[in-house]
Amino acid sequence: MSNKNLIRLIVIILTFVVPLWLLQPTYKVLTMSESEKEKLNPLEFQKLMRNSLNLGLDIQGGMYVVLSVDKDKVKGEHIKDAADRVVEVIRNRVDQLGVFEPVIQKVGEDRVVVQLPGVISKERARMILGKTALLEFKLLADENLFADFIRGVDRILRGGKMLSADTLRGPFSSLLVALEGDVAVAEENWAKVDSILKLPEVQNLIPVGYEILWGATQEVQGKKFRKLYMVKAETPLTGAYLMDANATIGQQQAAGQPIVQIRFDRTGAAIFARITGENVGKRLAIVLDGVVQSAPRIQERIPTGNAQITGIRSLREAQDLAAILRAGALPVPVKIEEERVIGPSLGKDSIQKGMIALAVAFLLVIAFMIFYYRIGGIIANIALFANLILILAIMAMINATLTMPGMAGLILTVGMAVDSNVLIFERIREELRKGNPFRTALESGYSNARRTILDANITTLLTALVLMFLGTGPIRGFAVVLSIGILVNFFTSIVMTRWIFNILLEELKWKEVAI
Amino acid sequence: MFKFLYNANFDFMGKRKVAYTLSLIMLFLGLLGITLRLTPLGSLVNLKQTWSIDFTGGSLVQVFVEAPIDKVRSAVLSAGIRAEIQNIGERNEYLIKYAEGVEADSLVKILEGKLGKKVRLDRAEKVGPRIGTELRNRAIILSLVGLLVILIYVWFRFDLVFGVASVLALFHDVIISWGIHSLLGFETDMTVIAAVLTLMGYSINDSIVIADRVREYLGRFRLMEISPRELMKIFNDAINSTLPRTVITSLTVFIVVFSILILGGPVLFNFAFVMTIGTIVGTYSSIFIVAALVLDWRLRKKGS
Repeated sequence: MSNKNLIRLIVIILTFVVPLWLLQPTYKVLTMSESEKEKLNPLEFQKLMRNSLNLGLDIQGGMYVVLSVDKDKVKGEHIKDAADRVVEVIRNRVDQLGVFEPVIQKVGEDRVVVQLPGVISKERARMILGKTALLEFKLLADENLFADFIRGVDRILRGGKMLSADTLRGPFSSLLVALEGDVAVAEENWAKVDSILKLPEVQNLIPVGYEILWGATQEVQGKKFRKLYMVKAETPLTGAYLMDANATIGQQQAAGQPIVQIRFDRTGAAIFARITGENVGKRLAIVLDGVVQSAPRIQERIPTGNAQITGIRSLREAQDLAAILRAGALPVPVKIEEERVIGPSLGKDSIQKGMIALAVAFLLVIAFMIFYYRIGGIIANIALFANLILILAIMAMINATLTMPGMAGLILTVGMAVDSNVLIFERIREELRKGNPFRTALESGYSNARRTILDANITTLLTALVLMFLGTGPIRGFAVVLSIGILVNFFTSIVMTRWIFNILLEELKWKEVAI
Repeated sequence: MFKFLYNANFDFMGKRKVAYTLSLIMLFLGLLGITLRLTPLGSLVNLKQTWSIDFTGGSLVQVFVEAPIDKVRSAVLSAGIRAEIQNIGERNEYLIKYAEGVEADSLVKILEGKLGKKVRLDRAEKVGPRIGTELRNRAIILSLVGLLVILIYVWFRFDLVFGVASVLALFHDVIISWGIHSLLGFETDMTVIAAVLTLMGYSINDSIVIADRVREYLGRFRLMEISPRELMKIFNDAINSTLPRTVITSLTVFIVVFSILILGGPVLFNFAFVMTIGTIVGTYSSIFIVAALVLDWRLRKKGS
């Protein structure tokens, strides 16, 4: 076998092996019984789910979450409007996470029902749906000011008596520890410290224009800590100016840690440059939903509008955080009122009927192609099958969700993919009728049809891309599958079938192939 | 089989006036369906709009009843209520979503009557649309942007006239298939939108294949040197020589959508119905609308 054809054969085989291998988790999940699923440890199960195709709400159900708008934070007539905007933001968030096919509906006046397909951990659902995602940048107060405040609280708690000696620690300061040069609180004292901070006389002690904020939870030598910060109440910069957010693994100071890199738009970058320029040497707190994620010292003026959020536990969390930051903050805080597992919206018989119809449709197309194009038909069918599993594998890779109509669309895409081969084969037949030898007919058949196929598919692809980048919800999902289908089709029906012909003619020494 | 396709020499272009008339009638029916069923104008003649609960919203009722979901589902459906029923949380709790018109209390009564069991009503609320107005408008605008992109691409690869004709054919296909589906009183749900989008891709594919062949055959001539008769022959030849491909492709797509229509049950019915009409109309329009319009434009240009 010539080297060229050997490589071709290997690529063809890989075209089948790789997608089938990628679809293995999906196959496992689909064939696993409930009891087997329970036996699996949750981490392994999650990993399996992450690499497999999600079945839609209509086929397998999922998670049902009721969110309610925090009424205290909105004025009367805006509640209705707020719920509508919450629906929009949540939809954007879910869109940012991929092809999820959720159901998001307003219920009553001030609540939003969200249904997400498949198995999602409660923590993740809370992260995606419950977080307000309000990002704020605030300058830290002077350290002496904070120290004065802590001493003041001690004084209040001891009824105004002065400390006899500085070495003796007060009732408040004894709850605090030093951590990385900051003030921190160990887990067992969180509640106590929080209630002290809420006392009206302690609140009065906070200098005007400042506030006390908690930091994110940190683990140091197996113990959990949260830092305490005093920051300026004014917020010169918020996530409203955010242009992009991406999760990565940090370098330099945050080496090895999951981080979210954010980029501001021009206005945001200008503000950021001004703040950093005017406050070199001071510390800037990055606050997410009222919790300080980190408070790095400003080394120099940052003109680029780039910043990073640290203090995130896992890369997954960083990815989710980046997604919800890109989607924008909720207009009002929401509460998760109810979380439940929900069953499929279609009956068993409906699902079965649909599946049978799709299988029959697929088989009929295959049978027709063999009947009409003989060996050519078989070659086209090989491409067709490769096309189908490649699309499914890519969808599994991006953890896309398949609904019943989605599957119908998929089978239809595959049915339409035959078109490329029909075009090629008809061109070959035309050339053969002109009396050309098979080899020549094959050459010109492919080269003539290729241009047509490209033109026809690129037009569809362009529309699909418009829908994909600008669309939302189910339209976006549709466009993603369509685009994948077209791209895959370029390879399977034009390149792969040609290779098979080459191998048959050159290696197996066929004189011609029945088309 | 299909031997007749290979030496086909049909005078498609000679029949284009007949085709225009037919298309205008179909377009009229389609537009009628869309106006009467999908806009508020239908209420003037007492026709209900056929937007599904996906677009209109409706009622959400949560009940507890000791019966399996299949029984609950068939009880609701046999009472003539189009509903989406899901099992929620515990075993016998159900979430029922349906279009407005039935009070929650009467739904409970219906269920109790059919199931012969006590039904506890846990929650009854209005639920907003799954596809709100904003999302719907966005979809429409996006489709128009998509059309514009198609127009520009075809203009760039072929010429402006082909671009305009292809886009007109697209409108033609969508209006007819969606319109007739609506006119017959079938619901427009989310799958219909998917069908319309799929149809756009299919229709444009078909137009391009014929346009490509016309271009190939025309390439041998200079426009000014051909007589109107020859021009018409070129168009006919292009269509005839792509006829086997047109028929085979339409047939395979038709096999798919028709099997889904017949076997797929109610869930896929609307999708398959729009696609079935769309496949036929889409094939027809690439010949009789795209090619014919371009031919007429060229003939007119020659005439002047």
